[in-house]
Amino acid sequence: MSSNERQFCTFTLGDGFFGVEVEKVQEVLRYQDMTSVPLAPAEVTGLINLRGQIVTAVELRRRLSLPERPADQRPMNIVVRLDDGAVSLLVDQIGDVLLVDPDTFEAPPETIDATTRALLIGVCKLEGRLLLVLDVDKVLEVDISTDESREPAFAG
Amino acid sequence: MDDEMREVIEEFLVESHENLDRMDQEFVALERDPDDRDVLASVFRTIHTIKGTSGFLGFTKLEALTHVGENLLSRLRDGELRLSAESTTALLAMVDAVRAMLASIEADGHDGEFEYEAIIDLLTELNAVAAVPAAPEPEPDPEPEPDPPLLGEVLVEAGTTSEERVVEAVVEQDEGDPRRVGEILVEKGAVEPGQVLEALHAQAEKAGSSIADTSIRVDVALLDKLMNLVGELVLARNQVLQYATTMNDSAFLANSQRLNLITTELQEGVMKTRMQPIGNVWNKLPRVVRDLAQTCGKQVRLEMEGRDTELDKTVLEAIKDPLTHLVRNSVDHGIETAEERIAAGKPAEGTLLLRAFHESGLVNIEITDDGSGIDVEKVRAKAVERGVVAVDQAARMGDREVMNLIFQPGFSTAEKVTNVSGRGVGMDVVKTNIEKIGGTVDVQSRVGEGTTLRIKIPLTLAIIPALVVCNGDARYAIPQVSLLELVRLEAEQARTSIERIQGSPVYRLRGKLLPLVYLRDALDDRDAEIDENAAVNIVVLQADEQQFGLVVERVEDTAEIVVKPLGKQLKGIPIFAGATIMGDGRVALILDVMGIAQRAKVLTELHDKSRAGAEAEAARRKDGQTMLLVDAAHGRRVAVPLGAVARLEQFEASKLEWAGSQRVVQYTGELLPVVSVGGLLGYGEPEPGDLLEVVVVWQGDRQVGLHVAAILDIVDDVELGRATSTNPGIVGSVVIDDRVTDVLDMRAVVAAVDPALLNDSRFESYERVS
Repeated sequence: MSSNERQFCTFTLGDGFFGVEVEKVQEVLRYQDMTSVPLAPAEVTGLINLRGQIVTAVELRRRLSLPERPADQRPMNIVVRLDDGAVSLLVDQIGDVLLVDPDTFEAPPETIDATTRALLIGVCKLEGRLLLVLDVDKVLEVDISTDESREPAFAG
Repeated sequence: MDDEMREVIEEFLVESHENLDRMDQEFVALERDPDDRDVLASVFRTIHTIKGTSGFLGFTKLEALTHVGENLLSRLRDGELRLSAESTTALLAMVDAVRAMLASIEADGHDGEFEYEAIIDLLTELNAVAAVPAAPEPEPDPEPEPDPPLLGEVLVEAGTTSEERVVEAVVEQDEGDPRRVGEILVEKGAVEPGQVLEALHAQAEKAGSSIADTSIRVDVALLDKLMNLVGELVLARNQVLQYATTMNDSAFLANSQRLNLITTELQEGVMKTRMQPIGNVWNKLPRVVRDLAQTCGKQVRLEMEGRDTELDKTVLEAIKDPLTHLVRNSVDHGIETAEERIAAGKPAEGTLLLRAFHESGLVNIEITDDGSGIDVEKVRAKAVERGVVAVDQAARMGDREVMNLIFQPGFSTAEKVTNVSGRGVGMDVVKTNIEKIGGTVDVQSRVGEGTTLRIKIPLTLAIIPALVVCNGDARYAIPQVSLLELVRLEAEQARTSIERIQGSPVYRLRGKLLPLVYLRDALDDRDAEIDENAAVNIVVLQADEQQFGLVVERVEDTAEIVVKPLGKQLKGIPIFAGATIMGDGRVALILDVMGIAQRAKVLTELHDKSRAGAEAEAARRKDGQTMLLVDAAHGRRVAVPLGAVARLEQFEASKLEWAGSQRVVQYTGELLPVVSVGGLLGYGEPEPGDLLEVVVVWQGDRQVGLHVAAILDIVDDVELGRATSTNPGIVGSVVIDDRVTDVLDMRAVVAAVDPALLNDSRFESYERVS
């Protein structure tokens, strides 16, 4: 393998095929019980107990403005480690770790949806399909200050 | 350097550092009272010890420097010289030099290359001044060493002889017997000579035992590890306990109960090892403030409240620098120069108040100055100018939000950049550092009146007792520190006793109005099924000085929880203080009682406690008051500041008595003077009825009842305007529902009460009645 080759942990969301840099990934887990957080931004689905550590779970479908996952389908977790703790990304199916030749790597085309595009590092032209590589830090920069419109109605 | 020597030096370093820290404080105290011989003697002893030990250890430079310092100090102590600001500065410079040398010794074993001739010369010069007449007061006795126990006491304690025999011997001694108590006792045959010898040994031992023999130094890393392990143990214990209750095995249950007890005790013990009073960090601040105030040419008095408030060691370390920075900032930018202060009608000396206290499992630290305050509009303009926020964004922001922009990177409002602060680095670093340990920092300010910076640090390492409550399937933990009591109302009772004031539910808890907040509303749970026939559980909570009731669906249990911080994605939600893992391994959120109160508007800005003396604060704040609206008589509406209201009561008309010329009722064992608001303001008396509506208000430390026709409403956030009438009972007016309403003057109420009743003690008042 050439030293330039990059490894990505891949997964699917609906029809889309995505990847994140493997160095950022701490572990992948099957579905975990979650505690939902009222008033949280829609992207945050809940909190997971990961061996005594509390990890925030972010629903990638919502983050990427994709349609909701069917109710009978349980998400899987990709736990990514950031400077300030771990966060779990909820995805449909977890794929292989792929070695990618940097030559197949290209900046995301202008034509795709602007919000998704802002979250991508680039696109890998694999045989037969495209791998969209996510910028984990940007993905988790959810503007997660609570939305004022969700202000609770206190008048009883 | 052999090991033994290294050990001696290490001990010397640790001891010297501790002594020097104390000395900084002592110097600041000396500046206020330069003639305090006790403090001077203590300073002298410290320097003397350092000099002696450094000579013995061969640190000649350190010895030479401390020697001149000691000479000066000994003359100060003996009253030959008087401590001047000049000599204080020189001595402090010496202390700094000693510190530098100690640091150098710590690093490479030598007292450094640097020569301190300037300081030595200065000290010598100060010492050369001819003796001034000593301060008039006679020199007090040198601080007595704590007396070792008397031999007789030791003997009695050991049961060797009786107290009477010892007293006999002492009396003989007093009468002129030159022998020692032991000798007398032996001669009288009360004790054996061997026993006296033993007692003498015991006596010597007791006299010599000091804190050094009873404490050891432990590596903090080891304590950290222990703390983490105990945290895990607590979780495991919780799981075992939960499992035990599902099992039908009494032996296992008994064992798990034992495990429970031991774990709790262990946890408390380990927690204690890591706790230190915040005073340890504050100790350095008087010196910081003094030096800085002198550099800036300001007069600043530093006051501290709650220095015993304990914090975890790591948290304490982490806030040390941010705290120092904030204090420096307050002195540099907050407090004005003496001339400016006098021109503004304030005392020349500025006050900086540090306050620390525990609240809702958080440690609060407040830094309050009475300086010029922060001008919101200046901040807004500067923020736009510096590109911190966009123009339209700035315009939309509330005052409080704007104020907090000072924590943004690249922001500084100081007109001139000083060498102390104001380079625009700092405040953002302070905020980052505090947030790193899961804390928050907030600023409140009033132009011309001062600024309060409030740091809240969660005890992230702490295990806290909590009450677990439920909303639907979800469990939430409420820190028990904010918990006052639990009230359960059966459905029938709830329907009648939960009343509404303009839609806001309230409950009369022992006659006092308790605002209610429904947890399902606080959580914005729109799917909640509201069961009209269910009992109502009210968790009575304390947020600042305000109490409120949180209505929850179910109260589960109490539990010890380990507070874990929430990820940054969830930091913006004010009603959660963190999360924890329950006994069954699931995550539960911890409610932030203050956050809920604030969002539910139970706490208005009025109740935002920014400094001690909320009462004075409330009186000073003219806007944003909460008013109780009453019908004084015949439909005439009057507003009463809610801050003054203690309770709303109904009394039977027959209970009303006369005490002299004053109407009173017996109320909670005291006589409550009752004043008719209508009568006071000349609107006439309310229609007579069987029940009297009475608003009980606090006036100083006495209560007064206001008799009104009806209680109408509570109105939030009204602005107090000028009085529209010249009626002496009116202090101002407010606009409520587009109607101008007079605000009752509490002083007029007091003036209307028979002064004898207000001043007389309760006992005398009763006599007047009978």
